[in-house]
Amino acid sequence: MSVLVYTENWDGKFKKLSFELVSYATGVAKMLNTTVSAVSIGKVDESELKSLSGYGANKIININSDKLITLDSQAYTNVISDIALKENASVIIISNNNTGKAIAPRLSVRLKAGIGSGVSKLPLNLNPFTVYKRTYSGNAFAHLVIKSDIKILTLAQNSFDLVEAAGNATIENLNPAIDASLLKTVVKDIQKQSGKILLTDADIVVSGGRGMKSPDNWPPLVELASLLGAATACSRPVSDEGWRPHEEHTGQTGKIIAPNLYIAVGISGATQHLAGISSSKFIVAINSDKDAPIFEAAQYGIVGDAMKVLPKLVEAVKELKK
Amino acid sequence: MKILVCISNVPDTTTKIKFAEGNTSIDTAGIQWVINPWDELSLTRALELKDDATNGVKSVTVIHVGPATSEPTIRKALAIGADDAIRVNAVSSDAWFVASQIADVIKKEQFDVIMCGIESSDYNGSAVGGMISEFLGIPSVSAVSSIKFENGQSVLVREIDGGKEIVNVLTPFVAVVQKGIAKEPRIAAMRGIMMARSKPVKLIEPLQIDPLTQILEFEKPSPRAACKFIDAENPAQLLDLLQNEAKVI
Repeated sequence: MSVLVYTENWDGKFKKLSFELVSYATGVAKMLNTTVSAVSIGKVDESELKSLSGYGANKIININSDKLITLDSQAYTNVISDIALKENASVIIISNNNTGKAIAPRLSVRLKAGIGSGVSKLPLNLNPFTVYKRTYSGNAFAHLVIKSDIKILTLAQNSFDLVEAAGNATIENLNPAIDASLLKTVVKDIQKQSGKILLTDADIVVSGGRGMKSPDNWPPLVELASLLGAATACSRPVSDEGWRPHEEHTGQTGKIIAPNLYIAVGISGATQHLAGISSSKFIVAINSDKDAPIFEAAQYGIVGDAMKVLPKLVEAVKELKK
Repeated sequence: MKILVCISNVPDTTTKIKFAEGNTSIDTAGIQWVINPWDELSLTRALELKDDATNGVKSVTVIHVGPATSEPTIRKALAIGADDAIRVNAVSSDAWFVASQIADVIKKEQFDVIMCGIESSDYNGSAVGGMISEFLGIPSVSAVSSIKFENGQSVLVREIDGGKEIVNVLTPFVAVVQKGIAKEPRIAAMRGIMMARSKPVKLIEPLQIDPLTQILEFEKPSPRAACKFIDAENPAQLLDLLQNEAKVI
């Protein structure tokens, strides 16, 4: 028996998300009294692979194949399910990010393994195997029993603290045969934004809503974000109006995020917006309407006009940094 | 080309969720049921593709797994413009159950493009679309924010961390779609509502499938502490609290 974790890499590098997954897998493995095998697909060097053992991985299965450079959900499913069977995995852990959402359901069918998606805590119980998962877009959490022999858990990003471990994992290089005729998705072009802090990775997020009044009013918000090392986000009306790119839309139908600090500027806090940010550890609200629902979700609030408060906040941060 | 759009029937997104029966189910009293937002965007995009005759889309069918009480949501999809509908007559128990039912229908009816929302706003499972594709052994592309046909080829935009990929995929395939696929959901016009009444809804009895998961109970998110208000003239105090109390900056 083992716990298998799929650790995605980005241009050969792992990021916090990967270590969260391994930390979580290690927690589950402890409950089951078993070991953690991590699977990496892509060109990742040995020292980077070894970094996974710092969070408890006992074995690292490294697949470096030219045919798996971009995601083909069928090919990835073939590779990961074969490994799961070989490692006798009883629990498979994947991120709840877009890659995880592409792979986990296919693996589920292949292995007849029930999915607990968007888990944010270690399993509540082993018998029956019960996980704690987000439902109703964060308005409720469910205790979900997974009845199948193999269980697949997809972990909500930023929901599980990193736990360092003294590990010395072995690396196993695997070169699975990949049938090229099975590769049916062809990536023609990749467009990456560079130099920006990704919204889903950020520890701090500064977000603007309709209370910003005009796209021309964003510079102090962007400056605040840059001083705090934060990513920028926005509410749905702002992205619908085209004031900000839709990648920044945070909320039920946009990005679901869980930063340590979310600063909502001129956002009233509609249910749909809160659904995307309610897992943030701390929320600061700046809004001119003292009755705005965002203040019910926030720990810290400033009642005031965004355009007056933001410049003062920017000055205060600069002062603090001196 | 035939497009199938999978739709889920969910509480309106502004619903305040309450539980019933010892927190084992939700209290449905007073809930407005709607098409799951991502599914509604899928349907909109499917209809846009059909509107442009050069795409050669012959029909847009919606499929739903649910009891007779979800008929109004199916009629709404028909009113928006779907040509016909299929309802698998069963209360959905989990993603495995729903995907099994839909995959079985697709095997018999044959569709070229199957569109599913990336999640439903009730169970947030993000599983049905991928599962259908695996049951059928066909490709799936997830987190799709654009879909079009160019010279007989399907061109999809897939959202990845920090960017996007342009992807070609052969039909039949499942597109698991997210925000961006259509600008705004299409709204039913009076004529569409009238026409929907006479559009066919095919009723299919379910396969016997045992679900792999079961919800034991629900709980509310833990309540947050009351908001501390800080004077707008004194943002330094906010920073002090963030630094020394919350310890997040």
